[in-house]
Amino acid sequence: MIERDQVLHVARLARLRLSEGEVEQMVGELSGILEHVDRIGNLDLEGVEPTSHVVKLENVLRPDEPRPSLPRDVALASAPDPQDGAFRAPSPQAE
Amino acid sequence: MTDLLALTALEAHEAMVAGDLAADEYTAAWKEAAAGDELNAYLWRDEGGEEGRAIAVERDCIAPIAVKDIFTTEGVPTTAGSRILEGYRPPYTSTAVRKLLEAGAPILGKTNMDEFAMGSSNENSAYGPVLNPWDRGRVPGGSSGGSAAVVAGGLAPWAIGTDTGGSIRQPAAFCGIVGLKPTYGAISRYGMIAFASSLDQCGPLTRTVSDAALLLGILQGHDPCDSTSVGIEGGVSLPDREDLSGLRFGVPAELRGDDYDSGVRAVFEQTLKRIEDLGGEIAEVSLPSSEHGISAYYVIAPAEASSNLARYDGVRYGMRAGGDGDLLQMYETTRSEGFGPEVKRRIMLGTYALSSGYYEAYYGQAQKVRTRIAEDFTGAFAGVDFVVTPTAPSVAFGLGEKTDDPLSMYLNDFFTVPMSLAGIPAISIPAGLAEPEGGGPQLPVGFQIAAPAFAEQKLLDAAYALEQGIGFDAKPGDGNG
Repeated sequence: MIERDQVLHVARLARLRLSEGEVEQMVGELSGILEHVDRIGNLDLEGVEPTSHVVKLENVLRPDEPRPSLPRDVALASAPDPQDGAFRAPSPQAE
Repeated sequence: MTDLLALTALEAHEAMVAGDLAADEYTAAWKEAAAGDELNAYLWRDEGGEEGRAIAVERDCIAPIAVKDIFTTEGVPTTAGSRILEGYRPPYTSTAVRKLLEAGAPILGKTNMDEFAMGSSNENSAYGPVLNPWDRGRVPGGSSGGSAAVVAGGLAPWAIGTDTGGSIRQPAAFCGIVGLKPTYGAISRYGMIAFASSLDQCGPLTRTVSDAALLLGILQGHDPCDSTSVGIEGGVSLPDREDLSGLRFGVPAELRGDDYDSGVRAVFEQTLKRIEDLGGEIAEVSLPSSEHGISAYYVIAPAEASSNLARYDGVRYGMRAGGDGDLLQMYETTRSEGFGPEVKRRIMLGTYALSSGYYEAYYGQAQKVRTRIAEDFTGAFAGVDFVVTPTAPSVAFGLGEKTDDPLSMYLNDFFTVPMSLAGIPAISIPAGLAEPEGGGPQLPVGFQIAAPAFAEQKLLDAAYALEQGIGFDAKPGDGNG
């Protein structure tokens, strides 16, 4: 149902690194779940509107007024590596 | 002390308002009870230290409350049951908790839960499973398992939790208490750590229907910080209905099968008779698309989760691992070490369902099934006031019993998922006791009542009348060894 290569591809998209054991397990478990889920694939739902949200609200607006926001030091307080008032992260390019 | 703890939250509130009960003495008694947690139900408790300062109340006048660890609390650890948020102290407080504090309800502690609310047994917590107070070898249900266990186990007078596909109702059923999932939009989701944003809703877990009404009245309302919140027009009053005359209760023909436990079925049938005794009428309704609820739910919820959980990347808050490598390595190491197996499974499932070439077949199709399910309910409510089902297909199952089979764990949500997809309110009340399949001491069975969107008052009134009629008064420990 879902192949090993697809599992590795999806893991890359999801920024997950799976161990060899996890890949094996994921192939089996996801296949089982997808087999169940695939039952809805065969339903004829031509012309049915998709529901993305159940509350019938549209264009909820509020006045565009400046309000205080979190102070910088508070926003940075939980960061693993804050520096010079900013979030520091490793370089996207390998050294 | 025992007398104080025997009061319902409403009784305590009324006694405090009347000046017959000293709030500090009452809260102190509950703090002492909470400190005796042997169920692994609390992840943090207020022990009067500096940590709880930001969420202290000015004046106690409402019973102290336990809060699922998915609600942000300024300065107080908030983990959502995940390793990736270990030690995280949010810089702000969720609207639900803020409303509790403003009403005068001290926070007793934060309760254990399935990681990011993904689970039906509480076994997916990074901090160990919660034990069911009726039988410590069994699960309390999930994902609000800690909140259900503290109320049933006498460790809190009441609690709040969240329900995405049954996460308030199913643990309430497994622990023999009342659990209400309000209409989507009744309570603000601001500061409620997101799992599946189009489904997540906060709600009460309480000993009685009246307590649930009191709590819903405090929590509901529009919040400018959550543009999907609308509140309940006219607010919520305490239920006082004495019978069910003139009310029609629909039993879905599709859910009347024999593919769930016979003990649960017996209690369900008994409760239908009780409804008739109280003057209510039982009718058959048809929800033909509800059998596809699980399939649609396990596409939509993981898809939304995979997007919501992208924020845990080791940059702004929470855990970071692999910081010596490049950015991509850091992301992957952080997420692989920070997330548990069920969360990884759902992120994978959701990412797959949203990936190029599969989007229409899975997510698009699931959203159309969702429309059909909502239409089924609209059709049913044209002929009946409520739709009723068992809350869960079994009583509480054993620890470890379903952990190797994710699909069988998912099927546990069979009765609760359709209401979540339709966004309508549903309550689970304890209806009786049944022996588990395979024998053993009797355990609680929940009865689910669903109503049209924003018909919470009518739902609570009917649930109250039925609760009085049933007179469920069993407690953990009564003849259960």
